[in-house]
Amino acid sequence: MNQPLLSVKDLKTHFPVKKKLFNKGSHSIRAVDGISFHVNKGETLGIVGESGCGKSTMGRSILRLIEPTEGSIVFEGREVTTLDQTNLRKLRSKMQIVFQDPYASLNPKMTVGAILGEALSTHQLGQSAKERKKKVENLLLKVGLSHTHIGRYPHEFSGGQRQRIGIARAIAVNPSLIIADEPVSALDVSVQAQVLNLFQDLKETLGLTYIFIAHDLSVVKHVSDRIGVMYLGKIVELSDKRQLFQKPLHPYTQALMSAVPSLDPDIKKNRIILTGDVPSASNPPTGCSFHTRCRFKKNVCESVAPREIEVSSGRFVNCHMYDNEYKRDFN
Amino acid sequence: MLKSIEKNNLSFVDPDPIDTQSKTNLFSNNFFNKIKKNKGAIIGSVILLFFIITSALAPIIAPYPVNEMNFDDSLQGPSLEHWLGTDEFGRDIWTRMLHGGRVSLLMGLFAVTISGTIGVVLGVIAGYYRKLDIYIMQFIDILMTFPSLLMAIAIVAVLGVGLTNAMIAVAISAVPSFVRVVRGAVLSIRETEYIEAARALGVKNWKIIGRHILPNVISPIIILATLEFGGSILSAASLSFLGLGAQPPNPEWGALVYVGKSFLSQAWWMTLFPGLAIMLVVLGFNLLGDGLRDALDPKSK
Repeated sequence: MNQPLLSVKDLKTHFPVKKKLFNKGSHSIRAVDGISFHVNKGETLGIVGESGCGKSTMGRSILRLIEPTEGSIVFEGREVTTLDQTNLRKLRSKMQIVFQDPYASLNPKMTVGAILGEALSTHQLGQSAKERKKKVENLLLKVGLSHTHIGRYPHEFSGGQRQRIGIARAIAVNPSLIIADEPVSALDVSVQAQVLNLFQDLKETLGLTYIFIAHDLSVVKHVSDRIGVMYLGKIVELSDKRQLFQKPLHPYTQALMSAVPSLDPDIKKNRIILTGDVPSASNPPTGCSFHTRCRFKKNVCESVAPREIEVSSGRFVNCHMYDNEYKRDFN
Repeated sequence: MLKSIEKNNLSFVDPDPIDTQSKTNLFSNNFFNKIKKNKGAIIGSVILLFFIITSALAPIIAPYPVNEMNFDDSLQGPSLEHWLGTDEFGRDIWTRMLHGGRVSLLMGLFAVTISGTIGVVLGVIAGYYRKLDIYIMQFIDILMTFPSLLMAIAIVAVLGVGLTNAMIAVAISAVPSFVRVVRGAVLSIRETEYIEAARALGVKNWKIIGRHILPNVISPIIILATLEFGGSILSAASLSFLGLGAQPPNPEWGALVYVGKSFLSQAWWMTLFPGLAIMLVVLGFNLLGDGLRDALDPKSK
């Protein structure tokens, strides 16, 4: 089997919380708490989860925009977590990120040409200013803008157009992996579809690999090959897209799926309503972190953290219900 | 649902009308329109222009030699010959004020340039390199605990009395406010996604600072520099008034007031007019600074 493009093993990113005067003993926010997965070349891995479950932190940790606390990230056969600044800077051209908010991700004082030109000159792509300008014009065409937009400022564009500029900046340096951090959730639905299609087309023409982070299941379903479901800093289920949507295994995934609105009014759905809030990531529940809201909770869930069970080939779930050791408790 | 949308719209460009009028960039049309509507800023600019032009042309338009004594005319009140009266040596106050304006304005300019440069550098370092933040800010906080005039006096006490030392003292005492403002602005800019995007591209730190951060913090710096300009002139004049800055016969405005106060009961014009000039210039800078703040604030329409 081919080596995966990116493999992440037991990645943890914890943020220390400042000690207070009378509250001794340090603790930390466990934004990402032990995540392992791999991404093959040319595929799209979708990551879903509710707000605050650590999706974005995970994406930024892989790029080392936030330094991970523990774990290993191997990209194209090289360990990323131990790279020094010089080598990390070289690697930057291979891994890029598209941000959520197109209004915050472009410098308001720079023209489109300057924004894209900076990406090119940082990695010595294009020898002369003239050559770079040519490349910038090509990039604009690639993302569906016009070469006449080169001298304009970000505020002269709409949200969808700005997101296209963000995408152009990411593909400017010829990356092989793009982490898309909720790239369409700030856009109108009609513009969302166009931007998603742009992602698809670029993937085919440039041979890109995506990690596509989103909270909208229908968006993830549209773009992904495989999907990982995150809850409180952990991946609770990782599976092929079709299998996941046909038969979600983890109780959390089942609840998520039941919340997806359907276009067919005749389909009667049993919606699973989760009660309670997401527990705090600074003080996650013992055992299975989902046990506070789980329908099937048994005693074992409170004390023992579930293992990753490979239910079938390439299908992983972290739940005692599928663990042979505890299965009988759930009948 | 999304699948049903055709893929052939790749080249589709969102049909929003492109709005070229809403530039909030510095020195754009919009900026001047806002300034023009702000009465305070206009009045401030007029006052400042008057003082700057008269000071610049002082050798040409001054009716008398600046330091020549004429005891026949000593302590004369305002008249057609001596518009603003004369001092105890018979020197024309109007002439001396014109020349003194050059000293006062230049002191303000140098003090703001020095304190602004130091303050911006320290503020950017404190805001961008978070590990150094605590050391720089603790130091700045210590400086801030002293009232700025008191600190200026202390610095003059160390460096010695004189015009140059007074200017350095005023500059140092104005540094903390620059550091505070710049650091705050840098802190908010460095967390934005476009800085993160630049880091994700591997852009070097000094390029991020020069290309992304400084252009976005220039507005508060300009506003503060304007306000500090007035404050520095006032501080410098205060030092001269206390006898720690410009020394007589230097016609610096604070020094003129200092000399005039001995003759307060006989010659009120010796203190009133230089004092009025200080007040008007400081007022002018404050009005202009407030106007700039309103015009450069993107939230105000």
